[in-house]
Amino acid sequence: MALLQISEPGMSAAPHQHKLAVGIDLGTTNSLVATVRNGISVVLSDIQGRAMLPSVVRYTADGQVLVGDRAQVSQSDDPVNTIVSVKRFMGRGMTDIGDTSRLPYRFVETTSADGFGMVQLRTVAGVKSPVEVSAEILKLLRSRAEDALAGELLGAVITVPAYFDDAQRQATKDAAKLAGLNVLRLLNEPTAAAIAYGLDNASEGVYAVYDLGGGTFDISILRLSRGVFEVLATNGDSALGGDDFDQRIHCWLLEKNQLSALNPKDTRLLLTLARAAKEQLTEHGEARITAVLSTGELIDNVLSQDEFHALSKNLIQRTLQPLRRALRDAKLDVKDIKGVVMVGGATRMPQVQHAVGEFFGQPPLTNLDPDKVVALGAAIQANLLAGNRTGDDWLLLDVIPLSLGLETMGGLAEKIIPRNSTIPTARAQEFTTYKDGQTAMSLHVVQGERELISDCRSLAKFELRGIPAMVAGAARIRVTFQVDADGLLNVAAREMASGIETAIVVKPSYGLTDADITRMLQESTQHAQDDMQARSEREQMTEANQLLDSVAGALAQDGELLNLAQRADIEAKILMLEAALQTANQLSIKRAMTLLNDVTVSFAQARMDKSVTRALAGKNISDLEHK
Amino acid sequence: MGVTLTQAAAKHVQNFIAKRGRGIGLRIGVRTSGCSGMAYKLEFADVLDEDDLQFDSFGVMVLVDPKSLPYIEGMELDYTREGLNEGFKFNNPNVKDACGCGESFQV
Repeated sequence: MALLQISEPGMSAAPHQHKLAVGIDLGTTNSLVATVRNGISVVLSDIQGRAMLPSVVRYTADGQVLVGDRAQVSQSDDPVNTIVSVKRFMGRGMTDIGDTSRLPYRFVETTSADGFGMVQLRTVAGVKSPVEVSAEILKLLRSRAEDALAGELLGAVITVPAYFDDAQRQATKDAAKLAGLNVLRLLNEPTAAAIAYGLDNASEGVYAVYDLGGGTFDISILRLSRGVFEVLATNGDSALGGDDFDQRIHCWLLEKNQLSALNPKDTRLLLTLARAAKEQLTEHGEARITAVLSTGELIDNVLSQDEFHALSKNLIQRTLQPLRRALRDAKLDVKDIKGVVMVGGATRMPQVQHAVGEFFGQPPLTNLDPDKVVALGAAIQANLLAGNRTGDDWLLLDVIPLSLGLETMGGLAEKIIPRNSTIPTARAQEFTTYKDGQTAMSLHVVQGERELISDCRSLAKFELRGIPAMVAGAARIRVTFQVDADGLLNVAAREMASGIETAIVVKPSYGLTDADITRMLQESTQHAQDDMQARSEREQMTEANQLLDSVAGALAQDGELLNLAQRADIEAKILMLEAALQTANQLSIKRAMTLLNDVTVSFAQARMDKSVTRALAGKNISDLEHK
Repeated sequence: MGVTLTQAAAKHVQNFIAKRGRGIGLRIGVRTSGCSGMAYKLEFADVLDEDDLQFDSFGVMVLVDPKSLPYIEGMELDYTREGLNEGFKFNNPNVKDACGCGESFQV
């Protein structure tokens, strides 16, 4: 029977009406999925008990898509088709990514109608967009969640970095759509971490979120007022993370053993050992590193915590610089910060916690698992949005991270919605024509804080046509900007005298067109065959288990109807089916089921006879005929 | 008789209440709905209602409203894991028939 979870008072779901919602941390290095169960936010693990799914996707020549650990193992053997850190390419064009020479991928530059395009990757399975790659990660998390919750998901809250612009947010939403997930809300990662710590239950305050992940460092300053988190400032270093600490240990090993450049295999070996040593040093005073290189050379070193601190000192210093900048941007002082939240596995290192504590003059919050805290917060928000909490609870609002505006004459940006406006929101402003007899107006929607259009990000361009000819400055054109709860924008322009109107849903320039999405959805139906196969395998396993249960039950109840040989035969076939289940081979399970069914036919017959005899005993024919 | 928890179930309930930060116990009941007639209700209890029946099971207070009791008298609540899924399982001696999913039942 179904397994039930405890609900909030008065919120028990009707049968089959469970509102299952999850929070997803779609990370650069690792991704996680969490949900609220029995009132507590928990991360869902896979069957091996691993919570973190490496954000790695590999496409193979035979059309397979491998995700997570299964893809990660091939990272060095098949770098071109093994996509890591795809988040860095989401909603990004070639010019945004900059130097691609160090990346192993074959980039394809695409151009959409308005002259922009998200970068794509050429793999052995064809050209893939970062949206499709991310969708593979989301699909796996979705199926993990559906297995764990035994039901279909109502929706998900997906987290994004606070500095993600509209194009990157739209790309994230598109990926979710492609993975068949209903996005309840996109939520800023630092906001999610703050929610996980329950900081939103306090009334007011300014908090810092220090997020040192595998390969990126982000610092966010949040202000909470009346249940709304405002992002006051973000800063960071997109090329600094836990991996750099491994690298430092790796270099130390090379130096200690006077080694020069190693082959890729040895480098990988030493980096793995360096990471293990780093993790060990979190708990222990020293870590021993031993290895035999492919040259036969023996490595045996002991790294003490003090030495490691000295090695990593300037890496930690590098995180403090963005911290100071963020505080300066927010026009705040260290003493204004009410609490500091630690996010990312690298913040487990005691020297990081120590440095952050010293900087802020208070110990940071570390009691939640820093790898999971973002997903946990997203799950709490998802549970709320799905309607699993009572109405008097808070409904958290988010803010737009960057101002939205229009280009005006002279290449200047006119801000319509200032940054940090709480969403959803709508604002309108009037514009006019600047030439006599002007009948059309071009609207260029931009995002950013800078004054010059060239420094802002272009989101969309559209035209309002059919303006009645008037002298310059006489026409009144009202432009309305509307931002929905996900931070996505609708722009409408209306000429007030004639009432002509035109509107655009800002598909940010780097987002996908509907046609693209349709195509991808069609492609995903091509995988329907595999999905069906997987389903039939699962159904067969269940059926086999049911058969085993019922035979075991029958043996216990009516075992005496069998002679020794018959019983031995049935037991042998049971063992066979159990063994076949272990192999999970569909054909052999089927064969074993048939065999077990065959040997139990006469047993079933005998049981039937017995129960009929029992039912008829002591009754005469006429009794039975009357019934 | 009343309604009891297994030791495992009680441990989990205590844990959930502690992490939730409030609650006096566990409320179990039934209501009419679902594909097979009745459905279980399993909720945290924040207040004690006047006519609530109380059963103590391994230190957890189980609250049942008197109207629900006949349907679940003698029931034992267990906590189990099935694959990736885990949760509470109702072993209810009164059930004559349940729908395939087990979320609703008949007595």
